[in-house]
Amino acid sequence: MSLYSFGLEPLSCHAWNKDRTQIAISPNSNVVHIYQKQGKEWTKIHELTEHSGRITGIDWAPESNRIVTCASDRNAYVWTLKDGVWKPTLVLVRINRAATCVKWSPLENKFALGSGAKLISVCYFEKENDWWLSKHIKKPINSTVLSLDWHPNNILLAAGSADLHCRIFSTYIKDIEDKPGPTPWGSKMPFGEVLLEYKECGGWVHSVCFSPSGDALAWVSHNSAISVANATQGKEVTQLTTEHLPLLSMLYVSETEIVAAGHDCCPYQFSYKGPGCLEFVKKVDIPKQSSKGNMSAMQHFRNLDKKATIEEEETGLGSLHQNSITQLCILEGPKAKVEKFSSVGLDGAMVVWDFKVFHSKLDLQLS
Amino acid sequence: MSKNTVSDRFRKVDVDEYDENKFVDEEDGGENQLGPDEAEVDSLIRSGNLMGALQAVLKNPPINTKNQNVKEQTEGLVLKVLSSFKTSDLEKAVQSLDKTGVDLLMKYIYRGFERPSDNSSAILLQWHEKALSAGGVGSIVRVLTARKTV
Repeated sequence: MSLYSFGLEPLSCHAWNKDRTQIAISPNSNVVHIYQKQGKEWTKIHELTEHSGRITGIDWAPESNRIVTCASDRNAYVWTLKDGVWKPTLVLVRINRAATCVKWSPLENKFALGSGAKLISVCYFEKENDWWLSKHIKKPINSTVLSLDWHPNNILLAAGSADLHCRIFSTYIKDIEDKPGPTPWGSKMPFGEVLLEYKECGGWVHSVCFSPSGDALAWVSHNSAISVANATQGKEVTQLTTEHLPLLSMLYVSETEIVAAGHDCCPYQFSYKGPGCLEFVKKVDIPKQSSKGNMSAMQHFRNLDKKATIEEEETGLGSLHQNSITQLCILEGPKAKVEKFSSVGLDGAMVVWDFKVFHSKLDLQLS
Repeated sequence: MSKNTVSDRFRKVDVDEYDENKFVDEEDGGENQLGPDEAEVDSLIRSGNLMGALQAVLKNPPINTKNQNVKEQTEGLVLKVLSSFKTSDLEKAVQSLDKTGVDLLMKYIYRGFERPSDNSSAILLQWHEKALSAGGVGSIVRVLTARKTV
């Protein structure tokens, strides 16, 4: 596990390049900084400054090496690297409210953009006119779209929104792709078709995630609960209410294990083995060892004088992050067997979590 | 200063009513929810079976009903049950509840905080402490985010 602090500003979002040597982050402003890893340090190599509003989403396509950014200025740009400089291309998303999240599809031929205009803009590149076009999914979304995730088949898109619903849409665009085959979620998939609409989420749906095979969809909502819908079991939904503060971001680290993090400042691991079997596994954080060293008599009296107490007070949290974690991202390993993941938070820090370490630690304890 | 003589009645128009995309909360039929059975709960309190009374009063919560009387009646009944417990029995009582029971108890506790009477706040605070250790901050978050509450 390693922590790197990118300053004092909260990190709204982050994205990695293909070989994980560069990271694109936005420190709660309208600029994207790209840092290059050099040894143990990160040095800034690029600044992308086209947006006029706060950047709300960044996604870096690994194969085609394009970055898409979206901001509260109702715009999205696709950046391509030309001669060592990132050049932006405006995407006509046609929204009249802020964009909230953006994600490249698995094949990177289109991306989805969620917005406060109660719609999702699915954008694809049209070669004849050399520009990005967008198609809107409006019905039946009733409020801001807070999170998006793509199904491995490049067609299905899950969306969590502030109208307390979690939905799966089809984004089949016949100009650029072939008709998709049937999936456990459904077989008729014209553009905008709703294949799942769950309305008892209990709170704003902050993050959605498909399992590596795409047969299950998990989401975390603001009522401190995590839920999983299983397509192979009749789209049955299992919800687990937790005793922690609401979770904001989640990842599937294997077909059955989920890691989620949020306002409690540390990631938690959950396990889903079937309908009705969603349970909390453990906290993925090594607690700080509190150093209660021997205090000299002088320090005792000094503390008594200044703070009216003789105890050493811990003013920091016991977790690595000192403020809410806003986004988790897979770092190493295929989706079905994640070995490392990264988290950024409101404390301006980026932490790399080593999943292998926790597996081995568990083994040591058992043996 | 000159007085504005043009009518300002337009300022009192509720523009949201004319919005065709206005979000309408789905109302489930809640007319049949009458709250817990008062007679049953009273008899359980009288007979000294306080654990049973707690279980009984947490049944049939009037979550969906628009009838405010039912809600107030239920809250009064719940308060009665909670006050009749001895302090030492609180913890055992909370342990006997399942997750949804603890969440529901938390909802009633916060409802009780809204209208404090003579001694209710002290009793509710004791219950709040025990419910918090059982349900964690998550149960309080669920009280705040619940759209349909008791």
